[in-house]
Amino acid sequence: MPVLTDNAAGRVDTRPAPGETPPQRRAWWTSRRRDQLAGLLFVTPQLIGTALFVLLPLGLVVWYSLHEWNVLADTFDFVGTDNYRKLVDDPNLPSVLRSTAYFSVGLVVLNLGLALLLAVLLNQKLRGTVVFRTLFFSPVVVSLVAWTIVWGFLLQDNGGVNGVAGMVGADGPNWLRGEWTAMLSVIVVQVVKNVGLNMVLFLAALQGVPAELYEAATVEGASRWTQFRRITVPLISPTILLTSIITVAGALQVFAQIAVLTQGGPGTSTTVLVYYLYQQAFQFHQFGYGSTLSVLLFAIVLTLTVVQWRMRRRWVFHEQ
Amino acid sequence: MNSRLSLRARLTLYGVICLLAVPFVFPTWWMITSSFKPVADIFAFPPSLIPTEWSFSAYRRVFELQPFARQYFNSAYIAAVVTIGTLAVSALAGYAFARIRFRGQQFLFLVVLVGLLIPSEVTIVPLFQLFNSLGLVDTHWPLILVPMLGAPSVLATFIMRQFFITLPAELEEAARVDGLGRLATFWRIALPLARPALGAVAIFTFLHSWNLYLEPIVFLSSPEKFTLPQALTQFVDAYGGPMWDVQLSAASMTALPVLVVFVLAQRQFIEGLAHTGLKG
Repeated sequence: MPVLTDNAAGRVDTRPAPGETPPQRRAWWTSRRRDQLAGLLFVTPQLIGTALFVLLPLGLVVWYSLHEWNVLADTFDFVGTDNYRKLVDDPNLPSVLRSTAYFSVGLVVLNLGLALLLAVLLNQKLRGTVVFRTLFFSPVVVSLVAWTIVWGFLLQDNGGVNGVAGMVGADGPNWLRGEWTAMLSVIVVQVVKNVGLNMVLFLAALQGVPAELYEAATVEGASRWTQFRRITVPLISPTILLTSIITVAGALQVFAQIAVLTQGGPGTSTTVLVYYLYQQAFQFHQFGYGSTLSVLLFAIVLTLTVVQWRMRRRWVFHEQ
Repeated sequence: MNSRLSLRARLTLYGVICLLAVPFVFPTWWMITSSFKPVADIFAFPPSLIPTEWSFSAYRRVFELQPFARQYFNSAYIAAVVTIGTLAVSALAGYAFARIRFRGQQFLFLVVLVGLLIPSEVTIVPLFQLFNSLGLVDTHWPLILVPMLGAPSVLATFIMRQFFITLPAELEEAARVDGLGRLATFWRIALPLARPALGAVAIFTFLHSWNLYLEPIVFLSSPEKFTLPQALTQFVDAYGGPMWDVQLSAASMTALPVLVVFVLAQRQFIEGLAHTGLKG
């Protein structure tokens, strides 16, 4: 991207070339100045938005986290790092972090695995792949809460999932009330909802893999599995990295599904960090402690993104 | 992998794909068909795939129990305003970052990129306070301004920038030689060429706004200001148990319009999203 690499580009050489007659008077309103103004004007709305709705709140959330702030009692006192000490001692926090990790890891593994499987299946020379692509993608456009409500119905004790299980003679658990099945259910509902997006990105990447590579590998007697591991995965690794970054970030933000399906229960087994932060801030009106949890969430997101980005040289085969 | 498959392999593949498709298709199908069933039939087992007896009473009750038409309008107009606004903001900024050279460009781009790293959940408490101090809680302003200008629009700006970088510069240079200004070049040359990217950004943005849930429940408290996702969860009986027939009707009405548009334009949807600088 030549446009961005040259920071000095704004300073275009305006001196006359040797042998050329210097212009009588340079107009003050040069095209460089015009570009300077146009560039700034074009980015102004985005910059104002970032300053007002991203950077300022980010600063404020750190500031709030240093305060004991009870909205109901209308108290706002500076308490230094008290909230952070409270965080470390919070008996719920280990469980919340465990739930968050369980959800994120489960979601990312299932989502990327299934997306890749679907993409490979639909990348075969088969009739009707476009129809199937549409079917697998369709939950992406179904309203999230509507989707979650339907699954909530299907996962009830007497719901459709257990009905199907009963047909094959199995006695299904009460999915959303079970200590470990509740989180599993939330993960599966979310994976089915959004895996189509990653599937499409993988399909696009698969179509960019040159067919000659597979032909050559077939000639040399490599099995399909070997071809997949040695050719497909390395060549689409940039897309795998991208989708995993997006999916991890999305996993840490899950809220509506938890709120609609389980309300964080049973116990705290599905209380992920965002849900816990919502409870503390907006149900228990502890804005200070809620802000501390926000800072923790930000730290986790930032760390994971940076780690994933750093790891790209290790396992991403090529970069454009 | 692209060699022709044997008949047996193809049949196996179809079988696997059809089986995998069940959890993707059945819930939506079931939601829509059940919304027309009498309450007793919703729990019937085995479930009927098509209502044996059509009932529209749940659809009527959706509108009786809540100002649902109003809530529908709220969601639709908020999503429309946010989408158009985001397109404008992100196309302008994306174009400037990709195509115009100006001092401070790299630094400002970095500042904007910070938005990509910060989930809006992190800033929900200060945003609530901010809008509270402006007296804008229980209005639609937070649901419009934050997505349009804040963190969610940064991704859009990034997509637009990636797209404009790939446009051949010669087109614009020719236009500029002909005396077109920056804005005119952008409006008449670059923007029409950017339709695929604009389409993808529009889809992303619309779905994001249409699905928003945390923000509405934090910012809104009067039912006539609610948006659809929030309204859907309010159809409960006196004991707090969900009224399933009504919920399923309301959910169907929320899901169907987007689903229909998607089926009609699925190629643009899928390809738009697949080919927009998101390719690794």
